[in-house]
Parts: sequence; structure tokens; C-alpha cells
Amino acid sequence: MLSIKNLQAKIEDKEILRGINLEVKPGEVHAIMGPNGSGKSTLASVLAGREDYEVTEGAVDFLGNDLLDMDADERAREGVFLAFQYPVEIPGVSTTNFMKTAINQVREHRGEKPLDAVSFLKLMKEKMKLVDIDQSLLSRSLNEGFSGGEKKRNEIFQMAMLEPKLAILDETDSGLDIDALKIVANGVNTLKSKDNATIVVTHYQRLLDYIVPDYVHVLYKGQIVKSGTKELALELEAKGYDWIKEAADATI
Amino acid sequence: MNKLVGQSILDALTGHFESFEKSLNGQSKSAIHQVRRNAFNTLTEKGFPAPKDEEYKFTNLTKALEKNIDFNSETADTSIDTAQIESVKIKGLDAINLVFVNGVLSSEYSDTVTLDGITVSTFDEASKNTPDLIGDHFGKQASFEDDAFVALNTAFSKAGTFIQVAANTIIEKPIALYFIGDGTKAQSIYNIRNLTIVGKSAQVTVIEKFDTLGDQKSFTNVVNEISLDENAQATYFKIENDTENAYHISNVNVSQERNSHFTANTIALSGAMVRNNLDIKLNSEGCEAHMNGLYVLGGKTHVDNHTVVDHTKPNAYSNELYKGIMDDRSKGVFNGKIFVRQDAQKTNAFQSNKNILLTNDATVNTKPQLEIWADDVKCSHGCTTGQLDPDALFYLQARGIKKERARAILLHAFASDVIENLGLEAVQDYVEEIITERLAK
Repeated sequence: MLSIKNLQAKIEDKEILRGINLEVKPGEVHAIMGPNGSGKSTLASVLAGREDYEVTEGAVDFLGNDLLDMDADERAREGVFLAFQYPVEIPGVSTTNFMKTAINQVREHRGEKPLDAVSFLKLMKEKMKLVDIDQSLLSRSLNEGFSGGEKKRNEIFQMAMLEPKLAILDETDSGLDIDALKIVANGVNTLKSKDNATIVVTHYQRLLDYIVPDYVHVLYKGQIVKSGTKELALELEAKGYDWIKEAADATI
Repeated sequence: MNKLVGQSILDALTGHFESFEKSLNGQSKSAIHQVRRNAFNTLTEKGFPAPKDEEYKFTNLTKALEKNIDFNSETADTSIDTAQIESVKIKGLDAINLVFVNGVLSSEYSDTVTLDGITVSTFDEASKNTPDLIGDHFGKQASFEDDAFVALNTAFSKAGTFIQVAANTIIEKPIALYFIGDGTKAQSIYNIRNLTIVGKSAQVTVIEKFDTLGDQKSFTNVVNEISLDENAQATYFKIENDTENAYHISNVNVSQERNSHFTANTIALSGAMVRNNLDIKLNSEGCEAHMNGLYVLGGKTHVDNHTVVDHTKPNAYSNELYKGIMDDRSKGVFNGKIFVRQDAQKTNAFQSNKNILLTNDATVNTKPQLEIWADDVKCSHGCTTGQLDPDALFYLQARGIKKERARAILLHAFASDVIENLGLEAVQDYVEEIITERLAK
């Protein structure tokens, strides 16, 4: 589904990604872990198409298409979804109206008819249950004045609405209490299928108790320095990142 | 004699003023006309604003008028049809409509007002029929000493409306004043003088819209004097969506008595050069004044909003929110003054001006000014100018929304609080529709 080859990217003059290689197949959950500043969030942003980053080398193939050749909105319409670490507050735009526009642009892209008001509401009600989010929250300005947990639940709600093929969760666990974490994880797990894939970017193992990964990759200084199964995450939790850093620094 | 600023305009106006005086036929000795004559003398003594004039620093109207408007031209015969008149009206607005063509009331296209407790007539009629009443209010709020364009307007004041709402009368329907200039054959140049008197505990809404038909240049100069008696409520709308050849100057001077509420909604969407002066005087306790402004500009449109709110007595409230979106090579100017006099303790005064520039060639000059002499007040002011938030844009795009659409959504959202404040649905729809159309481009 997703094939990343030697991906290098920089912001202004600072190199952040220094040759990432990653293969993600349908039905898989990959966790990207790593210490602060290792490039985890940059990888998520570059895949989603944020223009601040300049890709200097490498290729990303998504379902047979050149992902790097597409604008952010085109990637989203093709099925890439980024759950933001810091969802943006947008005064004056309600989640409901925003989602309606987004869904219909995605549907148009797929050659489907726009959803009428009734079907849209029905879909919304169904997906709201998934993350236990309230209608009144969705009528308010997008993320404005939302608590940390509400923002993250809203991200997963949007993901549920858009049904992406590849979901990238960027530090979705940050700032969440355990109840909110369970709700968010449960939403992600429910949306999982053999046809879609998930990349979970996180600093801590905690989230991975709830969203169980098939593979764990450790990112350090812009490269994947170690890959393994979910046991690797537990090892990181127990031992910290220093042993990885030392091993990596010795070879780099 | 030294040449004054705008001398060529003054020279042309002198002839016009002489023939205007002749046309008054017998009324030239009236008190009202004395005011006109004084105003004209002041204008010819002082001239028009110089380029360095602090109040006109960013808007060189004198130069623009000298270059673009032929004050020697005579008004051409006009032939405007129903379709043209309908085209400038606000769709779906249930209002008492008054239509003026080149400043002359068109009885054919205007509604007759037969409601109790309200007098609506032309300014000219009112000054003939009730000269004392007009004399009591005319020129009392808009001072021709202070502003050349008020002086020009005062000197030639004849066309316009007189609205008086009697005490305890609530006029449900808004009064819509459509001023249509016929610029099909010749330049359309005229002054409009409106006088609105709102009695004790009375309520009224007035909407004013200027349009030029045809592709000739136009110059319109309007002065509104609005007075609100105790506990009165008035809402005034100004909607500028004229051609790119339209030069427009507006002065709105408001005086408020105890516990009165006034709202000004000033919307500028298109024109060549527009200058709006809004001047509100809170004369007594418990007054409330709201000022909403929106300017969404493209091309080379230049819009300058100058506002003054003067708190003279305690416990009054004023709130000002002006927002602007500047595209292409358009220019915005905002200058907002709040005065809180020594007597005006417990004043609440808030002001905010926010701007978005969409291109490198678009500009805005914004200057908030707060002068406070009282010590127990709550006041704030602020202004921001920036581009569309790139993070918000990315967020919308990351959900599949195309960039152009995402931009339009964000700009709509930016303007939405001002639009919501407008209150009248038909006007909200009108503004929304134009903005949507504009942003879709």
C-alpha cells in the first residue's frame, strides 16, 4: 500500500529525515517510535503533504501513485488521513459543515454523488457514537475551546467519517487521560480492516497497549534505526531510548 | 491670491453654487441657506484636504477627484428602466423603498409611506415645509468647519431624505434608500443630505446604498445626520458595492441621548475610492453604540474607514469590530478613535480591526487611537494584519478539501462574526452571496 524509499526532507536548511525506508501493507498497523526531535512528526507531516517541508530525495508510492507529486488535499482524497498532534482551531467553521464539504469533495473525487442532508446526518450520528462525541460539540467552531481530549476525539471522528485507506496518527495519545485514550483507541480499532493500514506515531508505549501494532520502528536522527514487533515497544518502555541511541550513534 | 488645494474643483463649484442659489428662488434668504452659504465660504477659504492632511494621509481624495471627476460637467438627461433599478436592490429585503435617480426622488419607483408616527420626505421638501425643524438639526452634528467634504455637501444640500420617527413609534420595516446615479452618458456627480430624527423610545432601521449605472465615472458625497432621543434605537446600514469608477464619500454623524442604542453596519465591497467617516457622540448616560464594518476588496479598490466614538458621560458602552480582506492591488485604511472624557466614568469601550492580505500588492493602513481622560473605565483596542493562517489551510486540505475551497471557507469564517452582527437576513444573504462569488474566482 505504502512504500517509502530513501525519503529525505528538510525544513529551511535543517535536514530532518535522512533516508527513511518503510513498507506498509493493507491490514497492518505500524508504530513509529523515537525520542523527541527524531523526526517522527516530520515524517507524518511529509506524508500528509505539508508544504513547509522540502523533500530532497527519495520516493513514496501510495497504491501505485507517486504520493509526493500530489497536493495535500489530493492525498487526502486518495485516502491518506493525518490525525494531527495539535488539531488547529478554526473559528467560524463548524465541524459539521467542514465535514460535509470534505466528504463531498472526497465523494466527488471517487465519482460518487454528494451525500444529501439526511444521509449525511445519519452517517454522522453513527460515527459520533464510535468516539462518544456530542452533536453540540460538532455544531461549534472547529476545535475552538475544545479540551485536549475533545480535539483528539474529533480527529478520530473525522477519520471515521472519511474512512481513509491509510491513517497516520501523530502523537494522538499526547495529553489524553486513560479514559479518553481508551475511547480514541477503541475508535481506531473499530475502523481497522484488512483493506486499510494505520501508522501510529508515538513517544510512549502506553497507546500501543490499546492499539496493538504489527511492527514497531524506532526513528532516530531521521532514520529508522531499529525495527521489530510489539515486544520492541515494551523493551523501549522498560529501558528507555538511550541504548538505541548509543547503538545507532556507534554505527552512524 | 494663493492657490488652494483642489483649486480647479473650487473654480468649477463656484459657478454651480451661483446657479444653485438662483434656482432656490426666494428661499435664498432662509436660515438654512445661510448655513449653506457659510459652508461654501468655508470651503472656498480652506480648500480641499492636502496630501499631508493627517485625516486624509492614506487617501488622497483631492488628487483622485481632480484627476477623475469633471466638476464642470452638466447632468445629462436620464433614462433608467425598471430592470436597472431592480438590479441594484437587495434581493428579498422587505423594506420601505425610496429610489433616487441622480439625487432626485423617483415617485414611480418609491413606496409611499402612510404609517402613523413617521414622516418621510425629501430633504428639499422638509426644508421648505418645516424650515424651523430642519434648521434645528441641519449642520448641528456634521460640522462643515471640520471637513471639506461636509462643507461641500452642506453648501449644496438639497437632495436627500428627511426621516422623523415620533416618540414611542416602532417602525418594523427597514427604510431602504437607493441612490442611483446614471453614468451611462455622462459622469454622475451629486450630493445627498439625509437627516434622521428618532424620537424618545422610537425605533427605526435605515439602509443606504449607492450605485452607478453605466461605465462613466461618478462622484457621490453623502452626509447623514442622525439623532437619537432618550431610549431610542436606530440601526443604520451602509452598503457600498458600486462600480470600479465610483468615488464615494460618506459622513455619518450621530448624536445619542440617554439609554439610546445605535448600530452602524458599514459594508464596502467595491468601488474606485470610498471614504467613510462615522462619528458617534454619546451625550448622555447609558448609551450604547455598535459599529460593525466589513470590507472585502479586489482590483484597485481603495476603502478608507474613519470612525470616532466620543464618550462624554458615564456608564456608556461602545463596541467596534471592523474586518477587511484585501485582494489584488486593493487598499484598505482603518482609523478608529475612541475618546473617553473625564466625566465618562464606568465607560466600556472596545475596538478591534482585523485584516487579511491575500496578495503582496494589497495593503492596509490601520491606526487605532484611544484617548482616555477618565480613570475608572474598561477599554481595549487592537488590530491585526496578516495572511490566511497556513496551518488552518493545511488542516482543511488534509481532509480532502481543495485549496481554493479551503481558502474560501477560511475567509468566510473570518468575516462571519461581522456578517452575523448585521442581523437583517436579507442583507446577510446579499453580502454572503457576493463574497462567495468573489472567493470562488
